[in-house]
Parts: sequence; C-alpha cells; structure tokens
Amino acid sequence: MTVPATPPAAPPAPLGPPGCGRAEGPARRTWRAFRRHRLALVSAAVLLVAGVAAVAAPWIAPHDPYDLAIGANGEIAFAAPPNGTFPLGTDAIGRDVLSRLLYGGRVSLSIGLVAALVAITVGSVLGLVAGWFGGWTDRVVSRFADAVATFPALFLILTISSFVAPSVVSVIAIIGFLSWMPAFRLMRAEVLKLRTTVYVEAARALGGPHVRIMAVHLLPNAIPPIVVQATLGVAEAILTESALSFLGLGVQPPVASWGNMLADARSITVLSSQPWLWIPPGAAIFVTVLCINFLGDGLRDAINPRATRQRL
Amino acid sequence: MLPYVVHRLAQGAVILLLVSFVGFAITLAAPGNAMQTFIDPGISVEDLRAAEARLGLDQPVPVQYLRWLGQVATGNLGWSSRTGAPVADLIGARVRPTLTLMGTAFVLTLALALWLGTITAARPYTWLDYGVTGAAFAGISVPSFFSGMVLIYVFALQLGWFPTSGLESYAADYEGWARWLDRARHLVLPVSVLVLTGAAELVRHVRGAVVEALQEDYVRTARGKGAPPGRVLRHHALRNGLLPVVTLVGLALPRLLAGSVVVEVIFAWPGMGRLLVESVFARDVPVAMAINLVAASLVLLGSLLADVAYAVVDPRVRYG
Repeated sequence: MTVPATPPAAPPAPLGPPGCGRAEGPARRTWRAFRRHRLALVSAAVLLVAGVAAVAAPWIAPHDPYDLAIGANGEIAFAAPPNGTFPLGTDAIGRDVLSRLLYGGRVSLSIGLVAALVAITVGSVLGLVAGWFGGWTDRVVSRFADAVATFPALFLILTISSFVAPSVVSVIAIIGFLSWMPAFRLMRAEVLKLRTTVYVEAARALGGPHVRIMAVHLLPNAIPPIVVQATLGVAEAILTESALSFLGLGVQPPVASWGNMLADARSITVLSSQPWLWIPPGAAIFVTVLCINFLGDGLRDAINPRATRQRL
Repeated sequence: MLPYVVHRLAQGAVILLLVSFVGFAITLAAPGNAMQTFIDPGISVEDLRAAEARLGLDQPVPVQYLRWLGQVATGNLGWSSRTGAPVADLIGARVRPTLTLMGTAFVLTLALALWLGTITAARPYTWLDYGVTGAAFAGISVPSFFSGMVLIYVFALQLGWFPTSGLESYAADYEGWARWLDRARHLVLPVSVLVLTGAAELVRHVRGAVVEALQEDYVRTARGKGAPPGRVLRHHALRNGLLPVVTLVGLALPRLLAGSVVVEVIFAWPGMGRLLVESVFARDVPVAMAINLVAASLVLLGSLLADVAYAVVDPRVRYG
C-alpha cells in the first residue's frame, strides 16, 4: 500500500471528515480516527466497566443471587424497595436485585458474545467459500442465505425453541446459526472484490492451494469490515436473547439474564408499583446495546476514513 | 415489467417450498407425533399401528411431505394439536389485528423517517441533526419490550391517557365512531413502540441518502437556476435519495414482523405473533409451522413489492 508523502497535518478540526493520506501506518491512522470518535471511546469505557462487573460478579455481588435475602432487621425481605442493605431492592421471592443484575450480566453478555462469534464464523466461512469458488457453489449458498433471511428470525427461533429445551447453549446455537447472513453477504462481497486484485491472482498463478489463498490472502484483508459487523452482531444477539428470555423461551429461571428479569414485570402490579424490578435490567440492556452500537459506529468510521459520515 | 414479476413470483415459490420443507423437517424432528398427543395411553401396539396407518404416518417421509404439501396447497393447513380446530381458522382470526398493527406502524414509520431524515440532511452537523441521530441510536438499542413497558408505565398507568392493552374495550358496546375511536386509542401505544424502533433504523439511511444526493450536480444546477431551497430538497434531493431507501424498506418487513411478536405479547394484542408464542408454549407444532409459512409469504410479498416500487420510483430501471 503506497501512502502519499504529505507532511503530517496539524491537529484536525473536530468535525471535519477524518483526513486521509497522512504519512503514518494504517494501524496508527485507524487508532487516531477512532480516538476522535469521542462517544465510541466513552462507550468502550462503559463496556469495559460492564464487562469487569460481569466477570467479577461472584466477588462484588453483595448477596447470593439465588438465595433469600435477609434484611437488616433479620427478616426475609420480599419485594422490598431499594434501601441501604439492598441498593436495588429485592424481588417477589426475596432475592437481591443488584446481585441478580450482576449475575444476569454474565449470562447476557456471554450469550451475546458467543452467539455473535458463532454467526460471524459461520458467515465468514460460507462467504469465503461462496465468493472464492463462485458458480454453482455460490448460487446454492446464496439462495440458502436468502431463504434463511426470508424467515423473520424471531419466528423461526420461537418455533425451534418449542422442541429444543431452552438453555444457555441452545439459545447461543439458535441465535448464532440464524444470524450469519449479514456476515456472509459482507464476506462474499469482499472476496469478490479481492479476487481480482493482483496479489490474489499472483498467488493463484503460483498454484497456491485454495485453503491457503483463502486463509492468507483473502481473510486478513476482509477482517476490518467483519470486525464492525461482529460488533453490531453482539448488540443484535443481546437484544434477541433478551427478547427470547423475556418471552420465557430463552434463559430459564432461576438462572438470571437481563431479559428474564424483565419477564416478571409482565404483571401490571410489578409494572406499576415495583419499578425497581424492571427498570434496572431494562436500562442495563439499553445502555449496553447503545454503547456497542456507538463502538461499532466508531470502528466503522475508523477503518473507512474516506466515508462521509456524520459523527456525534 | 410483467415478465419480471412472474419471474420473481416463481423465485418466491421456490423459496416458500424450501421454507415448507424446513418446516416439515422440524415437525418430524420434534419428539413424538400427532398420535401420541391425542391417543389413549392404554392403546395396544396393534391398534396404534393401525391408527397410524390410517393417518398415513407409516409412509416414508417424502411421501408424507408431498401429501402434507398437497393439503397446504389446497388451503388445508392441518389441525391444531392443542384444540383440534382447523389451523387456517385460528390464523385467519388473528391476521387482521396483526395487519392493522403492522400497516399503521409501517406507514407512520415511513413518514417519520422520511421527514426526519430529510430535515436533518438539510441541516447537517446542527443540534437538530445530533439530536435526531442520537435518538436514532437510542431507538435501535432499546429492546422493544422495555420501551413498551416504559410507555405503558408513563402513558397508561401514570397519566391514564391510553389503555394498557387489548384491541378494544371489553363490555363497552361502542357503536360507529365511538368504536373506531376506542380502537384507535388502543392502537397508539403498540404502534408507537414499533414506529420508534423502525423509524430509528430507517432515518439514518434516509439522511445519508439525501446528504449524498445534495452533493450531486443536478442539485447544484437546480440551485443555480434559482429553485427555492425547499423545492430542491424535496423535489431533487429526496426523490433521488429514495432509491436506496426503497430496498431497505422491503428488508424492514421481517424486522417489523418480529417486532410485532413482542409488542403483541406486551399489549395483549390478539394477533399472529401472540398466537405463535401461545402455540410454542403449548407445543402446538401445526399452528407454529403455519404461522411461519404465512410470515414467510408476507415477507416475500413485501420484498417483491419493494422491487416493483423500485422500478416505479426509478424510471431508468427496466426489468425484462
């Protein structure tokens, strides 16, 4: 990659399009562009805190998330409003909401991450194969992707959950294997673009095996857009998991997830008079997904400096 | 145009066939069969086999599939394994509420996204622009059940402006206009949830498309000839910016359908989505599968209409 040798520019204006063609490496340039997306930076920090809190839940949770919470007066606290002992109150069967929120974060975040990883892997591999081999392979896989995308995913996910006993693993598998299509389309498009480049043609002329060309020449060059897609995929997966668990077909109680914590609030009593039961998990999902989306947006701007995009 | 539509319909039929096959395979993979749901557990093995033979359950899978497909093609979607009622009747009663909900949401989503997208594109990097973009990010990040609960909490429980749930008020035998008004009031909150999510998704694309169109030569020409700014924006930039948006609108339909499931559950809306959730809990596979088939048909129809609309808004497109 040739970089025009212009002298380093003065610090860029905060709102202008990110300057390109500066005399610096792509990694450094990407980092600079990303750093300028202030909301993305803040989001990354928030996500870091959320991630650490989820990992450290067993050590920082004030109470046992599955056991009855004993209040300051030595009695079991049922549906207690937030107070000194229970910062976010307790639920109808006397469990500490803050502790459940922390443990629920473990479940919701890891399902989101792993499901997105499954989707990206499946989509990338199929996209590589379809884009590289073309012809019939491409047509069959592409039509298959179209057919899967035709189903409103949630409908199919719900139908499948009617025979597969819901568990963390089944939720990951169902979400992962039904949301690989965007990654597939992206990877296929990238490969179609890359296969005409000189270095891929050279690798082909040298007689490199297909797998090697895909792994060494195609995959690494397609990684930036795939990373952006993966980020947005995590947000999507967290939302899907929460919806499934909210409907009672995802993560099953007593295991807490942010989605199934909200399921209790489907009763009007809880909704109207015990807001501490449903606002914290709902806000947790909202803030997490919002931050992931900001992060993805920042990454997209950072890897694509030429794009004329609005920034916040 | 006509050959193209026919071609697309044929393509859609192939996809539906694939969908039906996947659906049938899932039905088979489900533990147990229809017999074990209804039959007296004390039945002898011989009688069970005889009953299965009568229903064709002893036939090879491809034969079973073709027979099932033949039934579906003639409009017989089978019987609910929960109530024994014909599936077509069960779904038929639920289609209208869902279409009312989705149709209203769809029109309002489109109107809101086009309006906000255009006015922000006309004033990029202003507070209005940042506000709308921020709201759009919030809209795509909020789970619809949470926004639904917040709306119920604020507008139904605290302020009492709208009812919390249902299609219309029970027991209140409204007639004529009063009934329409009552139904409209019930529609406000669920539609708001769907519009919030849908418009948030779309408005960023509309804005991007219009911003891009505003940089085109024909916009400069129009301005140079002295066309008023509003006309340039609406007539020259928005019209051309609509092209990529039309495709996205077709793709938004599956999302709208999926969103309606959660919304119907929260607002106790008697539509297909809620029927699906009820069926899934009752392991009522025939009903669940049929709903999937109906949903897939709706989505295919939507994407076909989007492509036809594409040809209408862009006279350069000629399908042949």
